[in-house]
Amino acid sequence: MSFQALEDILTVCDEEKILFWEAVLREDMNDRLVSREDSISKMKEMWYAMFHASRHYDASLKSSSGLVGGTGGQMDLYRQREEPICGDFVAEVMAEALKMGESNACMKRIVAAPTAGACGVIPAVLVPLYKRGQVTEEQVIEALYVTAGIGQVIAERAFIAGATGGCQAEIGSASSMAAGALVYLKGGSNAAIAQGSAMALKNLLGLVCDPVAGLVEVPCVKRNVIGAVNALSSADMALAGIESRIPPDQVIDAMKEIGTKMHVSLRETGEGGVANTPTAQLVRERLEKNGD
Amino acid sequence: MSNIFDILGPVMVGPSSSHTAGAVRIGYITRVLLGEEPIVADIGLYGSFSSTGKGHGTDRALVAGLLGMHPDDIRIPQSFELAREAGLDFAIHGIQLQDAHPNTAVIEVTGKNHKKLSVESCSIGGGRIRISKLDGITVNCSGESPTLIVHNIDQPGHVAEVTSMMAKCEVNIATMQLYRDKRGGYAVMVIETDQQVPEEKRRWLENLDGVIKVTYIDGEEI
Repeated sequence: MSFQALEDILTVCDEEKILFWEAVLREDMNDRLVSREDSISKMKEMWYAMFHASRHYDASLKSSSGLVGGTGGQMDLYRQREEPICGDFVAEVMAEALKMGESNACMKRIVAAPTAGACGVIPAVLVPLYKRGQVTEEQVIEALYVTAGIGQVIAERAFIAGATGGCQAEIGSASSMAAGALVYLKGGSNAAIAQGSAMALKNLLGLVCDPVAGLVEVPCVKRNVIGAVNALSSADMALAGIESRIPPDQVIDAMKEIGTKMHVSLRETGEGGVANTPTAQLVRERLEKNGD
Repeated sequence: MSNIFDILGPVMVGPSSSHTAGAVRIGYITRVLLGEEPIVADIGLYGSFSSTGKGHGTDRALVAGLLGMHPDDIRIPQSFELAREAGLDFAIHGIQLQDAHPNTAVIEVTGKNHKKLSVESCSIGGGRIRISKLDGITVNCSGESPTLIVHNIDQPGHVAEVTSMMAKCEVNIATMQLYRDKRGGYAVMVIETDQQVPEEKRRWLENLDGVIKVTYIDGEEI
């Protein structure tokens, strides 16, 4: 992978007069020595797996700890019965994020994007657009290349694991990737894609990874919602022509600095933050008792 | 170095790439290293695998891997029941280790033709794994490229036999590690290669004097 910076992707796009996603696709062909068709068909597999997981959500499932399950169904019911404050489209995005996060916690098949804990963010923004016929399958595949390009630069310059960088590295990265995809799908320029991704990441800087009892359940499932909704608002800002005052690659570097300085109790150890509340401690004790 | 499908992907059964997907791979690679269908498995869990493993389905994931499943197999949550049907007798318990990675499993496994193997592996994040001990001897490999593992008596000439065989069939060695428990004792050679090592050559190695067993990972199925 030669892209060490979003700026590098934009430079290639300028020099070769190509779109952001095309630059990422070409780099994958070079990197893995595969044909264009092979790369695209692999990306299609990822999309089909995401879509399949969304369609086969089961609101009756509970995670092994009993903490997670059913909220995707609750959100759907609410959408049918009332007018959500955020409007129906955003409420559908929220429901999708909850569903995927819950499916993951309940040992269903999902696509890590970029991680299993953050697997709901990207499909949450893509599935509703696709289901409403606002984008074609081909455009969704292209948008997934956009997400992969952004995610790979974040992984190269910083990190994408909660254990190394906190939740900002997981949900923050996923949100940044999703924002870029949305800007692309709505016709934004290559530069606007980078701006949208930068604003999404910047808005979630500092988010810690504090899972109750160390499980990918609380607060992970609902953090997928903020990742998805933040991607929508950041994409809209970028499409309005608003720019991040800090250049995108420097935002990624700031994420790395924050993650490095983050105390270890707030990096997926299940020791600090939400995981350290009295209620969380009770949950942990209950699970430990049942565990052995 | 990661490719775009390490970022967008893998397709996996949740909830955790390290505690679930990585655990399936550990079980699977243990089965591959054994080289036959396992019928008895003693699974020891250390660190975070032990403390949060149940909630992450690490136990079911390891058994699923031993049954030959991959991380995207939707039958992973039912692996205990499937193991009973397949005749795999397993036990899972916590263990204490010195200086081990927090996500470590030690699997003692016996195959249907009575082969035995002990594999210590750890899940290092993103679903990737490392094998850290084989039959109690420290090693270090990932199973991501073709890997030939030769267990032999520690005596002169075995390395030459193996490497000249590889030269003859034009297999290039990427990395090579040698380990032994003591002089003249039990030795393990771990050789990662750029090409596949032909099966008949591996069989030939197995029949050499002083070679105890030969195991192989093709690097593609992991």
